[in-house]
Amino acid sequence: MASSIRVRANANGDITEVQALIQHPMDTGLVKNPNGELIPAHYIQELKFECNGKDVFVANWGTAVSKDPYVKFSFKGAKKGDELKISWTDNKGGSDTTTAKIA
Amino acid sequence: MTTTTGPHPTRRLILQGAVSVALIGLGNLPFAASPARAAANDKYPEEAFKQKSEADAIKALYGRNAEPSDKVKLDAPEIAENGGVVPVSVTTTLDKVSSISFFVAENPYALAASYKFAEGTIPAVANRLKMAKSTKLVAIVEADGKLYSATKDVKVTVGGCGG
Repeated sequence: MASSIRVRANANGDITEVQALIQHPMDTGLVKNPNGELIPAHYIQELKFECNGKDVFVANWGTAVSKDPYVKFSFKGAKKGDELKISWTDNKGGSDTTTAKIA
Repeated sequence: MTTTTGPHPTRRLILQGAVSVALIGLGNLPFAASPARAAANDKYPEEAFKQKSEADAIKALYGRNAEPSDKVKLDAPEIAENGGVVPVSVTTTLDKVSSISFFVAENPYALAASYKFAEGTIPAVANRLKMAKSTKLVAIVEADGKLYSATKDVKVTVGGCGG
């Protein structure tokens, strides 16, 4: 199955810029479906970026993060070819992990 | 037939017991570590995400107030056509940043996202948030144990609550 995570990590000198796009409904639990029933909350709670054995960036998300979330950040200390590990877990116990080579 | 009218005495006792245990638990957990580390530990801040008002959410997450700072740059559109997807970003010139959090004051739950930064991670983040209606947006940067904030008003023409 295709990964829910799409990542682009580019090293420019000492700084690596990371952009990630994740496929996830991010349901708030406050919206009703066309039959008038509440759609239960379903959202990513934690998203982690790990590089060379270190958590470089951790996101804690609530329901106010948009559907199919996007996040961008940069960090130092990695070089081209290093692996970046990305993983998320949601409030229903779902999760996904992927790795990306820094380009 | 065994209908019970009103709370049963023992049940009340049990409930009270449960409440006090819960209170003791709450008292110990978040405050055992100093409030400065509240956002720096690894656990998902469940309580902070449940707070409805922005002030309560900030208190639950950080345990204290932030001071406005021009070193925190909060970038968001003045008018957002689609409240479901509002691009928001923060950059700062502050040193030793350990976390950046976003609060959308008018949302049902104010805390939207909280990011933790390791040493060597550039203190800037861009993401997309939902906004129920026109709102005050607050970004808080935790740097060297202190809290700094930036605020911006965003006008939302179509709320982010609909399907």
